[in-house]
Amino acid sequence: MIERLRILGRSGLDILAIQGRSAIFVVQSLYGIPSFRKGGRLLMEQLYAVGVLSLPIIVVSGMFIGMVLSLQGYTILVKFGAEQSVGQMLSLSLVRELGPVVTALLFAGRAGSSLTAEIGLMKATEQLTSMEMLGVDPLRYVIAPRLLAGFITMPILMLIFNVVGIWGGYLVAVDWLDIYEGSFWANMQSATSFDEDVMNGIIKSIVFAFVIAWIAVFQGYDAKPTSEGIGVATTKTVVYSSLAVLGLDFVLTAIMFGDF
Amino acid sequence: MQIRMLEAGVGLFMLAGIISLTVLALNVSGLTLSSGQETYTLYAAFENIGGLTKRSKVTVAGVTIGRVTDITLDKNRFAGVVEMEIQAEYNEFTTDSTAAILTAGLLGEKYIGIVPGADEEFLKDGEVINDTQSAIVLEELIGRFLFNKANN
Repeated sequence: MIERLRILGRSGLDILAIQGRSAIFVVQSLYGIPSFRKGGRLLMEQLYAVGVLSLPIIVVSGMFIGMVLSLQGYTILVKFGAEQSVGQMLSLSLVRELGPVVTALLFAGRAGSSLTAEIGLMKATEQLTSMEMLGVDPLRYVIAPRLLAGFITMPILMLIFNVVGIWGGYLVAVDWLDIYEGSFWANMQSATSFDEDVMNGIIKSIVFAFVIAWIAVFQGYDAKPTSEGIGVATTKTVVYSSLAVLGLDFVLTAIMFGDF
Repeated sequence: MQIRMLEAGVGLFMLAGIISLTVLALNVSGLTLSSGQETYTLYAAFENIGGLTKRSKVTVAGVTIGRVTDITLDKNRFAGVVEMEIQAEYNEFTTDSTAAILTAGLLGEKYIGIVPGADEEFLKDGEVINDTQSAIVLEELIGRFLFNKANN
């Protein structure tokens, strides 16, 4: 009986210890952001790896999600004779919800997992330890640029996703389903507000970017230095960041659009 | 050479981000660059404002000239007081102008339509349009119809 209690207490303490370690870790690496002139090149490499190389998946999925939204919206709205409102439905659902969330999920799968695997392998092959031996702070030269790159690129990816999605939806609605172009844009513009909808989407995406970059980098840094350890850490990154994004999305939506 | 290509790639990526933000602002949310237009304020008291909300349009002859900025309840008369922001170039509404709450389509959005009168004096900033026509509430309409039927 006491043994069971001990196990429960142990696991609780372990969870708390991990939370504490990851918080200390992220604060230390944010402190350790190298000056722009020195670390510019490191950051640039990461911006390229995390941001530019994520573009294909973001653009293609944005395109198809926009097209599907238009098509689905049309089949339902046409029953009420309100098919002119497709533009409004498309832009609101993309800008408020799907843009930030789907980009975050794709980003966690595409960039988060690779960050974890990269850092985990660096740890397993003792590159991080040898950097410390040489007097180079790995938090500063390995972790901080990756954290910052994830933080910068995700909101930009979300903006691109939204625009491509709206373009895809426009192609389906106007060119294929013959919705009048003028009312498509007019409905969209009268329903979407820049301050409330677009800005809230950007805020959401900044929060998600921070959470994903944090989870990905910490999981890699905290991985067991074995080949299974890296596999487990990569899986954890994708699972934890997806759950965190979906959970936080509900909370943020309730705060932003909940009206209470 | 390698690092230059890399930087060019990142630069292109940033540029795409900025262009996207501009498209979202101008094309999707219809933000106009000349939002610092001069406006003046008019008020109108309605018996029932129906589904009118903030940011609803204010129109004359179907042309949008302003928007609703605030809706409050006048506690003395129990009337809904609507504050409207109207572009300064349209400042020649006579004091006997009327305001009505209209509906776009059968179930569409509510907006305010102003019909100018024939008086000599013009409404000034902060003045109230007195001659108003309330929103048509579907339930009231149906109720009146049923009542008439029952009487016949």
